[in-house]
Amino acid sequence: MSTAVAVAHETAGEWKQPSRGIVGMFCLIAAESAIFVIFVVAYIYYTGKSLNGPTPRQVLDIPWFTSVCLLSSSITVHFAVHALQHARVRASALWLAGTILLGGIFLAGTGMEWYRLIYHDGLTISTNLFGTTFYSLVGLHASHVIVGLIMLLAALIFATMGKLGKQHAERLEVLSLYWHFVDAVWVVVFTVVYVLGR
Amino acid sequence: MATQTQVAGVGYQAGAKGPGGVFLATLQDWVMTVDHKKIGIMYIVYALLFLAIAGVEALLMRIQLAVPNNHFVSPQTFNRLFTMHGTTMVFFVGMPILFGFGNYLVPLMIGARDMAFPRLNAFSFWVSAFAGFLLYFSYFAGSGLYGAGTAPDVGWFAYAPLTAKVFSPGHSTDYWTLSVLLSGVGSIGTALNIVATTLCMRCKGMKLSRLPLLVWLYFVTSCIAFIAISPLTAAQIMLIIDRYLGGHFFDTQAGGSAVLWMHFFWIFGHPEVYILVLPAFAFANEIIPVFSRKAIFGYPAMVAATVGIGFISMSVWAHHMFTVGMGPAGNTFFTLSTMIIAVPTGIKIFNWLATMWGGNIHFTTPMIFAIAFLFQFLIAGLTGVMLAASPFDWQLGSSYFVVAHFHYVLVGAILFMIFSAFYFWYPKMTGRMMSEKLGKWHFWLFIIGFHLTFDFMHIPGILGMPRRIFTYEADRGWASWNMIVSIGAFVQAIATLIFLYNLISSYFKGQIAGPDPWDAWTLEWSTNSPPPSYNFAQIPTVESRRPLWDIKHPEDPDSRYE
Repeated sequence: MSTAVAVAHETAGEWKQPSRGIVGMFCLIAAESAIFVIFVVAYIYYTGKSLNGPTPRQVLDIPWFTSVCLLSSSITVHFAVHALQHARVRASALWLAGTILLGGIFLAGTGMEWYRLIYHDGLTISTNLFGTTFYSLVGLHASHVIVGLIMLLAALIFATMGKLGKQHAERLEVLSLYWHFVDAVWVVVFTVVYVLGR
Repeated sequence: MATQTQVAGVGYQAGAKGPGGVFLATLQDWVMTVDHKKIGIMYIVYALLFLAIAGVEALLMRIQLAVPNNHFVSPQTFNRLFTMHGTTMVFFVGMPILFGFGNYLVPLMIGARDMAFPRLNAFSFWVSAFAGFLLYFSYFAGSGLYGAGTAPDVGWFAYAPLTAKVFSPGHSTDYWTLSVLLSGVGSIGTALNIVATTLCMRCKGMKLSRLPLLVWLYFVTSCIAFIAISPLTAAQIMLIIDRYLGGHFFDTQAGGSAVLWMHFFWIFGHPEVYILVLPAFAFANEIIPVFSRKAIFGYPAMVAATVGIGFISMSVWAHHMFTVGMGPAGNTFFTLSTMIIAVPTGIKIFNWLATMWGGNIHFTTPMIFAIAFLFQFLIAGLTGVMLAASPFDWQLGSSYFVVAHFHYVLVGAILFMIFSAFYFWYPKMTGRMMSEKLGKWHFWLFIIGFHLTFDFMHIPGILGMPRRIFTYEADRGWASWNMIVSIGAFVQAIATLIFLYNLISSYFKGQIAGPDPWDAWTLEWSTNSPPPSYNFAQIPTVESRRPLWDIKHPEDPDSRYE
């Protein structure tokens, strides 16, 4: 006897609940934020505590161009979602491609920065506390960029195969939330590492 | 839901394929399931397995400490035993058993057919399960390919710099790190699922103000999990970087800080206590009203107190570090915040007492466990307030007094409520009642054993016995106390064996329960025992906090008063 508890006196008003995808993504963002907070705290705590060089001031250049690229990709991904919500799949695909390009430029910039730091300045993760905290914090962020790029690329591939439609707008919105989060984290990392930490 | 039916379909097809097919089909059904009830039961069974293992480890330690100058186990083995006991009990018994009940009950209580993300749910369980087996695989592979294996021996909070490669060579510490990291991933997944389920999967009329308190408490627990477990994940990543990539996070030789690890660990470690105890409160919130035959007293106050505990729990971690020397400002802050958290907890205790006050109390096995929980949790809270006073803590930090205090919380409060929950929801999960007679035996033996062990454990602590020593000399005056403590441990072990026997025998021979054996009021009792895979044939609609009361008493429904 699986009696359902159906006492339907109360019919007034529609029963609305938040989207589980968006709630889930916000939960993930909360958990990820806590991870980043710990790494940022470690970075700030160890600023200037390295026993030997090189120091941030000696080797770090402010990555203006790639940072602007990454932050503008938040705008392009927003337009991609907006286009898909209005069933303009081709426009959405173009905006997605733009987002991937901008994210890719950022990632390439990080790669070139690391190459220079490792081969020219001799700074590795085991050189000193600055190296340990710098590579782990920036690397943690870069790994989130990579995950985001893979997911955006998957969305783009679906779009080119014609399998992306208006019905997927909410899923793309969930992905865009993640991407906005990755950008927001970069604002913090940029401030801590390149502005305050130098 | 589509995935669910698909997977079940695959299972049945395999079953049709000839001899041995039934076993394989059952196995496949359980391994591949995304049904929240099956995953919940797997969590619970898995936790019971580890409860037995970690319990045996505790018994071995108690044999070693029963008499002075004992050589039952070596100091090295003793270090491994307390490390594995602590890690297992927190990460592979406490967390999975509580998440197991949450998985099982939350969708049923809010009138949903499954969790918000069924596949993520299965993933979280299997990752957590793998993490537990990884931890114990260290016994075979801990020191790598050469020589015999060893388990981790760095203690469950693994203070730096003991965990540095120099001081902990081999791979035993890495097994600890990786298994704790993975268990954290699983916990975050399940916590995410519980929050999304609570917010997005409620049946019609199940407003947040009508959620069963169990669901509210699981919701808050899960929110704490995001903020508390992630720092541990971050700290474990740092430890891996230190051990494998030559990083210096906790390397004191290169300017790194050992105290930073303590902060990071306890930022996780103290909220973790609330992650474990809130589900125990959640069980009490459902069980005490049913057996007092009254609605819970002060529902809004309970919710507010829970949310308050959630917030304050984030600001008490450094009371584990009074002996480090944080300076007067830090000590004062953490003393105050720790004492403040006793206030919402006190509100809860008074609400439970007020629920029982004037009620028609039925002393069934779940209820007597819940009543014992109330008393023991009060005492555990009082020694907590004592230890919160930093000067007092300087005297007794890292002594057996501390060990007795937190076991009073973990066993006296949490484990008692878990037992209570077993007796209460077992009929729902299996369709059969657990034996009341064996239940009473279990209760009385366990409570006697518990008090023998953990009441008397305070005394050697006050007499100066430090925790984690593998033996002691006869002239310290600790010997008779330790003997009593060890005897109590064995009484508890016998009681637990009775419980396990009861679990198994009731499955085959227990009295048939029917859908609602306790005459309870929340939605899980409105469907069959055990519930069908879709939970509810028709999604219910609710109008009050006690939907089944409304059905049973249409002349006087709760909705009139809320």
